[in-house]
Amino acid sequence: MPEQLTAWQLILDGDATLFAIVRLSLGVSLCAVALASLIGMPLGAILALTRFPGRSGLVVLLNAFMGLPPVVVGLAVYLLLSRSGPLGALGLLFTPAAMVVAQTILIIPIIAAPTRQTIADLWSEYRDELRAMGVGPVGRMMTLLWDARFSLLTALLAGFGRAAAEVGAVMIVGGNIAGFTRTMTTTIALETSKGDLPLALGLGVILITIVIAINAAVWGTRVWAERQAG
Amino acid sequence: MMRAPSSDLPLVIDEVSLHAGATRLLDRVSLTIIRGAPTLIVGPNGAGKTSLLRLCMGLVSPTAGRVTWGGRTEHAPERRAMVFQRPVMLRRSTAANVGYALAQAGVPRPQRAARGADLLARVGLLELAERPARRLSAGEQQRLALARALARQPEILLLDEPTASLDPAASRAVEEIVLMAAQSGIKIVMASHDLGQVRRLAGDVVFLLRGTVHEQRSASDFLERPATPEAAAFLRGDLVI
Repeated sequence: MPEQLTAWQLILDGDATLFAIVRLSLGVSLCAVALASLIGMPLGAILALTRFPGRSGLVVLLNAFMGLPPVVVGLAVYLLLSRSGPLGALGLLFTPAAMVVAQTILIIPIIAAPTRQTIADLWSEYRDELRAMGVGPVGRMMTLLWDARFSLLTALLAGFGRAAAEVGAVMIVGGNIAGFTRTMTTTIALETSKGDLPLALGLGVILITIVIAINAAVWGTRVWAERQAG
Repeated sequence: MMRAPSSDLPLVIDEVSLHAGATRLLDRVSLTIIRGAPTLIVGPNGAGKTSLLRLCMGLVSPTAGRVTWGGRTEHAPERRAMVFQRPVMLRRSTAANVGYALAQAGVPRPQRAARGADLLARVGLLELAERPARRLSAGEQQRLALARALARQPEILLLDEPTASLDPAASRAVEEIVLMAAQSGIKIVMASHDLGQVRRLAGDVVFLLRGTVHEQRSASDFLERPATPEAAAFLRGDLVI
């Protein structure tokens, strides 16, 4: 299998193009995870702790949006950011920033939905105790998010996995411009269609390795921290 | 001791009924809790002891009648604290659990460490301060729950069978803390179905059966001269339901 040999060679040689692509991919996906957590975790907690008309509908919608097709999110963000779109003046289309926006929208539900479930379960356990201590609504949210921190890591990982693996959204809003918005997944799609299988394979191997390594690291942290905190 | 100008005492329960769906948990209960020796709420399981304590804490609103704390009907638990039968430990260290209660009670951050250490010393958990609270034994968790409750500097401390699932040594440790709290002027209201505990702790007794108060009198009167046949049967150790 000469293709695989070349793929390993590219990795082992530390090919500059290849590592620029890896860096961009990770940067975009990690930014998206950070932003989506800042929005998705409080959103999930609010949905778990408050009662208002239309809440059930919102919960169903949120769960459904965990399966949002990336191309559809990409298309929506594209329309938003295109020159004639409402946010066209920002000039973000075909930049890494646009890719971050698209991936953030894509994974907010993936982080918010499990957060809501976790916080709801924890609240039913903590309810009396926190009410007896006179903890207000904001304090409840902060307390529950903090005490659920280990379970929430799993939601975070799911979000990262989704962001790192998707092609559709970054392809549409990033444009797959070489050296600027070309990520691992868009490169794999492109190189495969061009017939340059070594680079595609090399990236595939790296992508999977990174996802496994990050999961292992977070898992290890979780096990260690749970032992510390009970 | 006095932190807020207003007091939660006397705690007055006036003709209170409590229903959960079709189930009647409490039926026209009237009770006045004033400063003094511990009041023990006695009765078999299912008599309504937990419901009565939750009413006293303001965690549930009565279906009929009303509960007032120092004449006020508001529900914010400022001068009262409660220890549940199975207290929930926050997923933090022992010290952090007390620190959390202190923060909620409005103790400024710089004072929390010293106050927390003092509280942990009072319940004998100072050596376990850094241990995750959920790794503590049942007895230790109950004592930590007491420390958290005392962190609120309550006037009234409500306890729901705090020794129900503990062995004798752990029960004694809990009782000693309760007695210490009572001696420091905190009004103790404690549910129990353990007559030995009533004998050791109670100043007066509220005998609760099927959601109604059958007797309310001094502990010695209750134990020696029960006025109702139900209480007499309960004291004999008959199965009263």
